[in-house]
Amino acid sequence: MAVPKRKMSRSNTRHRRSQWKAAPIALTTCPQCQAVATPHQACPSCGTYGGRHYAAAERTEHQG
Amino acid sequence: MPAPKKGPRLGGGPAHERLILSNLATALFEHDRITTTEAKAKRLRPLAERLVTFAKRGDLHNRRKVLAIVRDKGVVHRLFTEIAPDVADRQGGYTRITKIAPRKGDNAPMAVIELVREPVAKKAVVTQAEGATRRAAKDEAKAAAPAETVEVNETASEDATEAAMVSAGADDVAQTDDAAGAGADETAEERDFGPDSHPATEDGAAPEGFDVKGNADSMKYHVPGSRWYDNTTAEVWFRSAEAAEAAGFEPAGGAAAQGADAGVELGQADDDS
Repeated sequence: MAVPKRKMSRSNTRHRRSQWKAAPIALTTCPQCQAVATPHQACPSCGTYGGRHYAAAERTEHQG
Repeated sequence: MPAPKKGPRLGGGPAHERLILSNLATALFEHDRITTTEAKAKRLRPLAERLVTFAKRGDLHNRRKVLAIVRDKGVVHRLFTEIAPDVADRQGGYTRITKIAPRKGDNAPMAVIELVREPVAKKAVVTQAEGATRRAAKDEAKAAAPAETVEVNETASEDATEAAMVSAGADDVAQTDDAAGAGADETAEERDFGPDSHPATEDGAAPEGFDVKGNADSMKYHVPGSRWYDNTTAEVWFRSAEAAEAAGFEPAGGAAAQGADAGVELGQADDDS
């Protein structure tokens, strides 16, 4: 079985982990209700997309 | 074993995938609109479209082919007698997938897949082209009377008929250019938009009693609280939206966006979020 030849230094570990970054998600405003929404998705606050209404898309605060 | 071309199989095995897809198809044809994960919706789409094609042919052989996948005879009956006539004029694209926010527990991207059963809407370009053809025909009829202008009009109408779509676009561009040109000319000499308007103030603040912004370049007006109100520089101020419309201005973003209750809606949206 292949095993590491050397101990992974704290420096190397931390350099690697310094590259873990979170990218901000793209956001738009819903043309219907002006709430913040992700593009190309039905609006979670009013459930509209492309002039059509999708009840399944509506989310309350608890549903996340 | 050959590798699956369309990504990993749903469920874990070929039989399980077949069952998942046939159950999804059954549910879709029963309810018209179902919510599922985006991956499943995307895999269901080609299958469902094929089944609708079978249903449009409508004979016994095709009914049996559908019954091999959708086992519920009631649902197949609905597909053949109710759904197929609705999509008779549609050349494919019988389903629509709309993405919705991810599911809570596992953050799986979700989607709504639905049957497109409304009548086929004519594309705006086609309507425009038809309008251009009608206009061209009218021009031609008019041109027949005065002999001097025949040549000019004929070339114009020929162009319009031959490349109806292109000329429709060109017409519009020409019209807009005209409007823009006229606008530019008039701006130089302080335009007047009627008694209910007020010219732009030097500091950009709204004059007393005039709070609707008018953009003279785009000929659109913005009511307070509407979407682009704060970003707009007013060349002219109006007492009300009606006054702006009377002066030939159009509501920015459509009438709904500039309705009288735009500000109220905005307030509600803030409360929700």
